[in-house]
Amino acid sequence: MKSSRRRFLKIAGISALGLGAKPVLDVMASSSETAAPKTAKGENVLTAKRWALVIDTRKLQSEEDLDPMIEICDKIHNVPKFENKNHEIKWLWAEEFKHEFPMQEPDFLNDRLKHMSFLTLCNHCEKAPCVRVCPTKATFKREDGIVLMDFHRCIGCRFCMAACPYGSRSFNFRDPRPFIKETNPDFPTRTKGVVEKCNFCAERLAVGKLPACVEASNGALTFGDLDDPESEVRAVLRSNYTIRRKPALGTGPSVFYIV
Amino acid sequence: MLEKALTGTKKYYGWIAALLAVIGVGFACYLWQFQFGLGITGMSRDVSWGFYIAQFTFLVGVAASAVMVVLPYYLHNYKAFGRITILGEFLAVASVTMCILFIFVDLGQPIRVVNVLLHPTPNSILFWDMIVLNGYLLLNIVIGWKVLEAERNNVAPAGWLKPLIYLSIPWAVSIHTVTAYLYCGLPGRGFWLTAILAPRFLSSAFAAGPALLILLCMIVRKLTKFDPGKEQIQSLAKVVAYAISVNVFFFLCEVFVVFYSNIPEHVDHLKYLFVGLHGHGVLVPWMWASMIFMVVSIILLVNPVTRKNETVLVVACIAVFIGTWIDKGLGLISGGFVPNPLHHVNEYVPTLPEVLIGLGIWAIGFLVLTALFKIAVTIKEEVAGLA
Repeated sequence: MKSSRRRFLKIAGISALGLGAKPVLDVMASSSETAAPKTAKGENVLTAKRWALVIDTRKLQSEEDLDPMIEICDKIHNVPKFENKNHEIKWLWAEEFKHEFPMQEPDFLNDRLKHMSFLTLCNHCEKAPCVRVCPTKATFKREDGIVLMDFHRCIGCRFCMAACPYGSRSFNFRDPRPFIKETNPDFPTRTKGVVEKCNFCAERLAVGKLPACVEASNGALTFGDLDDPESEVRAVLRSNYTIRRKPALGTGPSVFYIV
Repeated sequence: MLEKALTGTKKYYGWIAALLAVIGVGFACYLWQFQFGLGITGMSRDVSWGFYIAQFTFLVGVAASAVMVVLPYYLHNYKAFGRITILGEFLAVASVTMCILFIFVDLGQPIRVVNVLLHPTPNSILFWDMIVLNGYLLLNIVIGWKVLEAERNNVAPAGWLKPLIYLSIPWAVSIHTVTAYLYCGLPGRGFWLTAILAPRFLSSAFAAGPALLILLCMIVRKLTKFDPGKEQIQSLAKVVAYAISVNVFFFLCEVFVVFYSNIPEHVDHLKYLFVGLHGHGVLVPWMWASMIFMVVSIILLVNPVTRKNETVLVVACIAVFIGTWIDKGLGLISGGFVPNPLHHVNEYVPTLPEVLIGLGIWAIGFLVLTALFKIAVTIKEEVAGLA
């Protein structure tokens, strides 16, 4: 009896050790012989080296001009509407110049810009602080530059929210599902306790469609490959003066604003 | 030795029962939070860390301070501290336990916590924090337990303990350094983006921890036949005196850099904490109280006449503890998040269930502390032939 108990404990101990050590060893063995899992790409998938968005604010005068974009984004991504401001979830929203570009506001900003609403979203930074701090790689950078989230891996530590200098991330302080007006079955709803944010419509790019906000923008938004000199975004950037949010932080935002 | 924690006077059982009651209330609130989500707290999109993470940060300091008794004894052969190293180590065990629990209750998806091990990510400071905290807990349990056991059996501690004890000294510094790195490496959070954050954390830790240890020593002396010693308490008091002075000095360095450079992203947070920003200033009285507590404690502790008076010393230690607790346990986290990166001012106040969960964890910490101190003190009494 005693010896069998001891044996059990021994085996249990060794297995526990093995289970704990395996993922660590996997990381150490960098050039492991097991090939990366193959993922099939869709036929119409849109690809790029680094996706970027240029927002022509001259074409978006009032908050009403932003509403259709925000509405469609919320709708297709199952973004809930909460009464309690503390629980708010935001993917795409409007901010005034002084909040969109804090510390960049000139003393005598022209009237148009002063009272205008600017589209605010995740910048899909080149060197994203949120990716750097995530302890589980639930937030990660894709090879096309999009900063994505794995809602099933996120432990809800909210380190990414502290790290993001743009306030682009939201946390599910409660179950969001009862607060979604009309659920879109083609996109996952989230559970309580995980972080979320704009995904540059990765799910639409995969089937050959541009981001929903771009489609709804009547040409005010241009989306394309920043790495391709022939792309439309590069053409727009060449011929217009653009600014980015908090350039001094070195995060390299992929969202540009023509002001 | 564990059995020593199970027997005691009526008062002892009463204290344990009181702690269990507080733990019960906290646990019930946690079940509510587990079911509903972190929405029952006062945290928001803008202030996404609150009371829990602040308590965690403060307690990492208390835990690290064990080094202030271990180092003089083992590295400088300061014999007097040999009497109380065990108390410092067991205080560290209780504190790290609370730290780990505070992180746990702060998680939105606690059942996924093992993801940190399943997907180890060395570029995340949280990964390193997990390693240093768990390592420090283990070190202090093993060292404290084995040294106490040796003392009970009247033999010298095992030889293999020495390297572990030496390792525990830099390790103590590492836990609070890594914890500071959680905050001070984040772009766009002007309040935390300062190289002096880790030194500030350490200085306030080496004030708050030993101050608590002095108070605990006095309680032990009052309630048991074991006397931690007058010299020991006075030496600890000197540690507290200089640590709290250095802490205030570091803070003033921060104030100078922030206000002389006059960079708004850094100025606004300190303004929010000490004078309020755009009409918001829920923490203003607290922060000034913290400063007053710290300055008064410096006067009482540096002056030998007042320091040597044990009644005054108790007052000074309580002032240090409250002052540093407000500074780290309230101001540090809120101050970093207000104003937010878009320069909106949305304040944070913890909710009642949030505070009750926090109190529950403090009670768990005190329960662990009580049990460990009971064991240590009973054995010390036995060895001295007092029991």
